[in-house]
Amino acid sequence: MAYSDKVLEHYENPRNVGSFDKDETGVATGMVGAPACGDVMKLQIKVNDKGIIEDARFKTYGCGSAIASSSLVTEWVKGKTLDEAMTIRNTQIAEELALPPVKIHCSILAEDAIKAAIEDYRIKNESLPQVSAE
Amino acid sequence: MGMIYCDYNATTPVDESVFELMRPFFCDHYGNASSRHQLGRIAKVAIEEARNKVANAIGVQPEQIIFTSGGTESNNLALKGFAGLIPVSRLVVSPIEHASVRVPAHELAWLGWELKQPRVNSDGVVDLEDMAQLLTGKCGLVSVMLANNETGVIQPVADVVKLAQKSGVLVHTDAVQAFGKMRVDFDLLGVDALSIAGHKIYGPKGVGALVIRKGVDLMPVLTGASHERGLRAGTENVAGIVGLGEACRLVIERMNIVETHLKECSGRLETGIEALGGVIFGRKASRVPNTSYFAFENIDGPVLAARLDDLGFCVATGSACSSGKTEPSPVLDAMGVPLHLARGAIRVSLGMHSTIADIEQFLSALNQCVSSLHRSAACA
Amino acid sequence: MEQNTVNLPIYLDYSATTPVDPRVASKMVPYLTEYFGNPASRSHVYGWTAEKAVENARNEVAMLVRCDPREIIWTSGATESNNLAIKGAAHFYKSKGRHLVTEKTEHKAVLDTMRELEREGFEVTYLDVEENGLVSVDAFRSALRPDTILASVMLVNNEIGVIQPIYELGEICCQQGVLLHVDAAQATGKVEIDLQSLQVDLMSFSAHKTYGPKGIGALYVRRKPRVRLEGQMHGGGHERGLRSGTLATHQIVGMGEAFRLAREEMGVENERVRYLRDRLLAGLVQIEETYINGDLIKRVPHNLNVSFNFVEGESLIMAIKDLAVSSGSACTSASLEPSYVLRALGRNDELAHSSIRFSIGRFTTEAEIDFTIDLIRKKIGRLREMSPLWEMFKEGIDLNQVQWSAH
Repeated sequence: MAYSDKVLEHYENPRNVGSFDKDETGVATGMVGAPACGDVMKLQIKVNDKGIIEDARFKTYGCGSAIASSSLVTEWVKGKTLDEAMTIRNTQIAEELALPPVKIHCSILAEDAIKAAIEDYRIKNESLPQVSAE
Repeated sequence: MGMIYCDYNATTPVDESVFELMRPFFCDHYGNASSRHQLGRIAKVAIEEARNKVANAIGVQPEQIIFTSGGTESNNLALKGFAGLIPVSRLVVSPIEHASVRVPAHELAWLGWELKQPRVNSDGVVDLEDMAQLLTGKCGLVSVMLANNETGVIQPVADVVKLAQKSGVLVHTDAVQAFGKMRVDFDLLGVDALSIAGHKIYGPKGVGALVIRKGVDLMPVLTGASHERGLRAGTENVAGIVGLGEACRLVIERMNIVETHLKECSGRLETGIEALGGVIFGRKASRVPNTSYFAFENIDGPVLAARLDDLGFCVATGSACSSGKTEPSPVLDAMGVPLHLARGAIRVSLGMHSTIADIEQFLSALNQCVSSLHRSAACA
Repeated sequence: MEQNTVNLPIYLDYSATTPVDPRVASKMVPYLTEYFGNPASRSHVYGWTAEKAVENARNEVAMLVRCDPREIIWTSGATESNNLAIKGAAHFYKSKGRHLVTEKTEHKAVLDTMRELEREGFEVTYLDVEENGLVSVDAFRSALRPDTILASVMLVNNEIGVIQPIYELGEICCQQGVLLHVDAAQATGKVEIDLQSLQVDLMSFSAHKTYGPKGIGALYVRRKPRVRLEGQMHGGGHERGLRSGTLATHQIVGMGEAFRLAREEMGVENERVRYLRDRLLAGLVQIEETYINGDLIKRVPHNLNVSFNFVEGESLIMAIKDLAVSSGSACTSASLEPSYVLRALGRNDELAHSSIRFSIGRFTTEAEIDFTIDLIRKKIGRLREMSPLWEMFKEGIDLNQVQWSAH
């Protein structure tokens, strides 16, 4: 399997590996994939009171492309609002990392992880008063 | 060994430049081409480079090449591989084919194929009119060699293809003896499959290839893991394949030597043989310029070969594969050569290392042997 | 020979293929360029020299496995030997019966050939193996039927190195009048093979797993009682009609020399290899959540197959690119399918995927083993730091109870 330089770079120097305390205020977690499928991604976002993702962490069980995809999206979501983050598409991830066709599912998983984290944030904060004017 | 080797159709030495390319693949780049690590990838790349060289030499795309263990396997794969995927029908195989085509053909006859052989004329050329009668709608597959291993006679393969195409018959040609001795272009021939072997073209023994037309399908003969796109299982013989690739490259580079030097040597040889009263088989036919197959009346072939061996010349008495047997060549039988003459058959096949001086020495030795054998025959 | 520094990558994939031993290569070379005759040429010294070399090599192969040289047939490798043995015997004896027995962890060359025979109308029983990778002798016995003509069981498994109970299986086959074929491609030079005492009818060999060249192998075909085969490669009638094709003299000479060296050196070599393997084992079992695949006792000393839990297989391979190892058999590792051998042992997909086969050989050094242990520890640690599964495991979560999102 030939990996692109960008995949290799993220694999060797993954950004934002780690975990937040999931009960901390503003932290939301998205976990997607399954061990039997060979990929599990956990993406955590920390959203500030202005509704902006100020930090992100990931842990990934998966191939180099899965690790690179999740590393990349932690960079991309930072500084974005939830709505902006929702617009990140797997095709952009695949293009940025030059993923071959057999690895497109890694980028889909990364997009799903963002959505799952945001979903988690919204569920957690439903009971709370809306901070940002939507 | 201090001998003059005149049996290049049996096998050739590995060319030094071929050997130099093969050498690192024994002890250094020894990876299994299926391995995903660096050593595996080095082997894989070397195989694909070799595939390109083979493809270039025959005028095809690399994906048309299937590497095998040699000419025999290539021929088996072509016949059984095609036959395995088309309805049982008629199979046409010329009577002068190498055993590695004739015997698989007989195996297929066991499985219900109607095996037919076209006539061959007295010069050893397959009769096209007879061929036309056989290649009708009932026929599924035909195999005709490009050049005969014993006589060197070139067969009208392109004409056979024209006849075959009318009824959609698949055509295989065994080019093991032709390749390296004449120009071989897959598309000009128009065949569906073509066999070559490394050790006839200054490459190593134990490696060969079957070249197939795009879009045709084969049933594999060797089953197992999915090497060679599932058409031939077995760990690739990396050094052998690298050697075959380089030998194919040399074939093209050295074609002018064949067409000038070997032609000159053969011309001198045959003039000399005829001056001594020898009969050259296939004399009037178009032949590859290295093969002279001849006999002297009342002189036994094996006896003459043994005398020549004593004097330092390596020749063959028939095709190498069957020379352990005493029955005369089926090729000469098909040509209608009388038995007493066929028993005298000697094959001299020249190669890259042959010189005009060798030919002169050979003719003088031949003269000596023939006169003494004639004398002893007269005394008996 | 022991060095303190190591050259990267470290080759620990001797079960995929071995380098040609330089002593073997030096024997081969003259037969490429100098003594290049066709062994079938009967009329001159080039032919005779080649033929003599071929027969010498046949003796060497026969001596390693204690059989008569006339029982050795040259082929292009173990794949061809397996094809010839299985198809050849099935076709010859098909009037006696149409049932065959094999087991699920055989090499593809056996399994695929069995599938081919199923398409031709034969019936094949694929035996399960035990959790340790071994065939149960009782299960084998009960699988044999009156119409069983041939059983095929490998001597040493290519992925997990376990040694099958061939001696016992041979006795059963002999009692039941069933032919036994044994794929010994991974066994030569690693375990003693004595065909005088084994009740084996057909045995496949490969040169390139035992420091010989690729593209050459052999098949043992028993003479007393005589085993008959239908040839699969037809032509000039070489190898007593069982396998046609010009004999590749240099390859055969290489195989002969490689097997001679194996016979002379395997005793000492295997002890050295066992020491290295045990050192590697001791180093790796200190890592948490590692699982050794296959029986550790009934196993060649060259092999160690380990699964690392909570680490994904492909990222693991990427992490250890300084090691030339296999994740699964070399012949199937191009695909992302989990190893069917490990699946047959009952390993789940994750553990099958995260398995590494370390295979040690003649040129492996202690420094290389130590480097390997150190590298694996570091890399497994790093990947687990990145693994959400490891984190959950450490938190005490039972991963089997987790509802994973459909994907």
